[in-house]
Amino acid sequence: MLKTFKLGGIHPPENKFSAGQAIQIAELPKVVSIPVAQHIGTPSVPVVAKGDKVKVGQLIAKSGGFVSANIHSSVSGTVAKLDLVPDSLGYPKQAIIINVDGDEWLETIDRSDALVKECDLDGPSIVQKVNESGIVGMGGATFPTHVKLVPPKGMKAEYLLINGVECEPYLTSDHRLMLEKSDEILVGTCLLMKALNVDKAIIGIENNKPDAIRLMTEKASKYKGIQVVPLKVKYPQGGEKQLIKAATGREVPSGALPIAVGCVVSNVGSAFAVYEAIQKNKPLFERVVTITGKSVQNPANLKVRIGTPVSELITAVGGLPEDTGKVISGGPMMGKALANMEVPVTKGTSGILMIPAKEARRNEVQPCIRCSRCVSACPMGLEPYLLMTVAEKNLLERAESERIMDCIECGSCSYTCPASRPLLDYIRFGKSRVGALIRARKN
Amino acid sequence: MNMTIIYTVITLGAIGSSAAVILYFVAQKFKVYEDPRIDDVEGSLPGANCGGCGYAGCRAFAEACVKEGDLSDLYCPVGGNDCMSGVAKILGLEAVKKDPRVAVLRCNGTCEFRPRVNAYDGAATCAIIHATYSGETGCQYGCLGCGDCCAVCEFDALHMDPVTGLPVVDEDKCTACGACVRECPKNLFELRKKLPKHRKIYVACRNEDKGPVNKKACEVACIGCSKCFKVCEYDAITMGNNLAFIDSDKCKFCRKCVPVCPTNAIIETGFPPRRVKEEPAESTQVTS
Amino acid sequence: MSNLITVSPSPHVHTDESVQKIMYRVVVAMIPALVWSVVVFGFDALRVTMIAIAASVGFEYLVQRYIMKVKPSVTDGSALITGMLLAFNVPANLPWWIIIIGAFVSIGIGKLSFGGLGTNIFNPALVGRVFLLISFPVQMTSYPAPAGSGVDAVTAPTPLGLLKEGLMNGQPISEIAGNLPAATDLLMGTTGGSLGEISALMLIIGGIYMLIRKVITWHTPVAVLGSMFVVAAIFWMIDPEAYIGPAYHLLTGGAMLGAIFMATDMVSSPMTGKGQLIYGVGIGAITMSIRLFGAYPEGISFAILIMNAFTPLINNAVKPKRFGGMK
Ligand code: SF4
Ligand code: SF4
Repeated sequence: MLKTFKLGGIHPPENKFSAGQAIQIAELPKVVSIPVAQHIGTPSVPVVAKGDKVKVGQLIAKSGGFVSANIHSSVSGTVAKLDLVPDSLGYPKQAIIINVDGDEWLETIDRSDALVKECDLDGPSIVQKVNESGIVGMGGATFPTHVKLVPPKGMKAEYLLINGVECEPYLTSDHRLMLEKSDEILVGTCLLMKALNVDKAIIGIENNKPDAIRLMTEKASKYKGIQVVPLKVKYPQGGEKQLIKAATGREVPSGALPIAVGCVVSNVGSAFAVYEAIQKNKPLFERVVTITGKSVQNPANLKVRIGTPVSELITAVGGLPEDTGKVISGGPMMGKALANMEVPVTKGTSGILMIPAKEARRNEVQPCIRCSRCVSACPMGLEPYLLMTVAEKNLLERAESERIMDCIECGSCSYTCPASRPLLDYIRFGKSRVGALIRARKN
Repeated sequence: MNMTIIYTVITLGAIGSSAAVILYFVAQKFKVYEDPRIDDVEGSLPGANCGGCGYAGCRAFAEACVKEGDLSDLYCPVGGNDCMSGVAKILGLEAVKKDPRVAVLRCNGTCEFRPRVNAYDGAATCAIIHATYSGETGCQYGCLGCGDCCAVCEFDALHMDPVTGLPVVDEDKCTACGACVRECPKNLFELRKKLPKHRKIYVACRNEDKGPVNKKACEVACIGCSKCFKVCEYDAITMGNNLAFIDSDKCKFCRKCVPVCPTNAIIETGFPPRRVKEEPAESTQVTS
Repeated sequence: MSNLITVSPSPHVHTDESVQKIMYRVVVAMIPALVWSVVVFGFDALRVTMIAIAASVGFEYLVQRYIMKVKPSVTDGSALITGMLLAFNVPANLPWWIIIIGAFVSIGIGKLSFGGLGTNIFNPALVGRVFLLISFPVQMTSYPAPAGSGVDAVTAPTPLGLLKEGLMNGQPISEIAGNLPAATDLLMGTTGGSLGEISALMLIIGGIYMLIRKVITWHTPVAVLGSMFVVAAIFWMIDPEAYIGPAYHLLTGGAMLGAIFMATDMVSSPMTGKGQLIYGVGIGAITMSIRLFGAYPEGISFAILIMNAFTPLINNAVKPKRFGGMK
């Protein structure tokens, strides 16, 4: 019996078209616009000004606080301006716009492909280096990694979990990374273990990626303390809490962080970034992005510089298909629909997905028939139909006591509802209102 | 037989009277002293429980009036000056006088002026659209058109116009309670001075983008050119964030600013037609 | 609009399930029982079903269109199910006008007066049925004799009716048993009774289909039938002369129809599996107490309606298992 989490979960069609495509390097864009808020937490503070020359890997914005991350230039060239640029939601956010000129890297970066295993840094210096390199959770949550590596006082990490689940349909960037950079990911994992001072690491991979499981298991046997755990395919296994439950059987209590049960979760992409940062001295300025869709000519996994406009990636896979009705940044379950194709790729962009028009629109909303499918799909054991109603009626106290704040916004409920009810839309809205209420109560 | 009836009466009577005694003492014990004037004040309020005063309903407002002992910070916009002077009379205090106000929508981005650039498909409330993204048009400051404001209006004074896609304020019904001001996620409503004959002059735009950007998104956007600012003789217009704002308390309704606006972003309503043979700004009116 | 890009909140993919598909699956599940009743009662069964369906769908359309002034939602198939279930619950020789009254009460009062699909508290078909049972007791309880029963009788009593009558007359079970149809007859459905309730086998086939197609879960039917079995078994063991065996109870008097098709109505049953178990046990227990101690020989309709009223309460009390424990 393969392991998985117990409550809820769904099985959306996988559609992983680009799984067989090796990672290619995307063409350098002419202009990049690098937002200063690419992570959860305080936005970074720009340290360059208009007209400055920058090299690849140079620090351009400094972390703005503890929960924040450095940002490095992904290209070499001249800073054209600091300006407001629409983010993926369409709201203007500060960004550094750089005109690309050649591809000149900082000399300190080791650009060779050779695997470096040894590292004589101690734990705190690794954390320090991770912090300096601006590494964040690359599965989409973009939580700064160095913060996770320093457990709050009185808590001790026991397990490091590396998330290779990639439960979102369509996306394959983590899958490819595990196939092509398995050793690097494992070394990165060792470094993270050292930073956290733990001796057990689990790499969770869903068994729709048997090649990755085989390769990683084989390679992991050479590293001490790392175990690869194949998991039964079920969405949202990539959710932190679900992954911990599936891999270790522990259940993160409501409202607590994974560290409460001695676990720290990191994405394979982040593990790879940690490897590069520490062994190759290369800060985080590029990432693998899956560009795919049912009518896309050549779905691909591209290594993309942060700040590249999404439209250029779409051109790289043969242009926007005629029948496109929706473009999504991220996966189809939790990604954001884009209104503007010029938005830049950020540290959290795991994929660009083009959905044909006939699938883009939702079906007509019907009354809830109390079929309870949403209840059985919810991985958090909530009652989405009820949460939607109380959120709609603005019954915030009731929503709170029905544990609306536990919702991980996985979208399983909206996915599964036969009446096409906008469950998560309202739940998210209710969450923001209840969140404001809780904050107001604290002050 | 007779005895049964008597016994029943006696037992029930005894139970009843002892319960009454207990209840009496309990009521005494838990009695809360309430100033009788609270009831009086509440009685003189409109009873709409709209929260326009900043309190959770009319009773809470009445309690506040009695407790504060000073009405300078308290005002019921629905009842207006008459109502407040009534309250003042009951409490023997002095009420503040305020000009009557009316809600005004500071956006004129109708379907015609502000083309849609994408199609939203999801739960149809402004709050959810606002949290999802910037909206269906190129203007991220403008009306989202789902009518959250109409839904919160307790006085039936707001309705969506199906042609323009914007809400329309029924000025005769609007009590300036401010519910729409609080509800609108784009902050488009403003309570402006109410003049006779529904006269108004205001900049119907909140777009803070730079001129060229917002011109592309909406034909009638304020581009922040300051022309109106320069023409105003009464200091009623201020510029900020690429946007002009007319202070309805300072405005003398001379209407000089209206024709100078290159994008017709300033709306005037309720005035007689202009005599001057200038290009009228009438074409932009949606509320009249 | 057509070529504009769509933007919506996540998720961006959805199942291809729909309310219609679920409803039509229920209809498909009822077809074996319907076919069987046509075999047994002849064309009359089809006539009753057709009238009930037409009247239900028609009333739904008319009331929504002209009284509630909303977009009629007859295509979702729920009125169709209500009509079929109503027909399943009446004798095959019921006059047409009674059926139409039943359909009106089901749709108009049982469903739309609560706000329509999803907001009705009671199973609409049962509201109609119980209304008819109380208003037209004679017509509702004189069942036509099944075809091929040999006797040329116009009406035939139901097995439970026979039983009740016998017990009322003070006969012990061993004596009555001779008049009662055999268990195999009950399973196949060659006895008297309402249109759809006669063949336990056909109903079970439908139930299995619904289970496989994930329209229902096992909780409610198992709880209803299980609790009925247990209660019946206890009494039977106490005194086999005064109470008949549990298997007999399960096979007669609409127990299967109720447990599989009516108690499982999604709208009026609880949301969680645990809740459904409580609900089912409640139905089973109430049914048995009506059957054993009440005036009616049959009680599952009343039992379901009573438990329907408790559904909101059960939903409030029984929460799904929360991730991360209870706070
Ligand atoms: S989005 Fe929230 S409520 Fe819906 S299934 Fe996921 S966790 Fe449950
Ligand atoms: S899945 Fe949809 S129809 Fe079913 S109970 Fe949940 S909200 Fe209602």
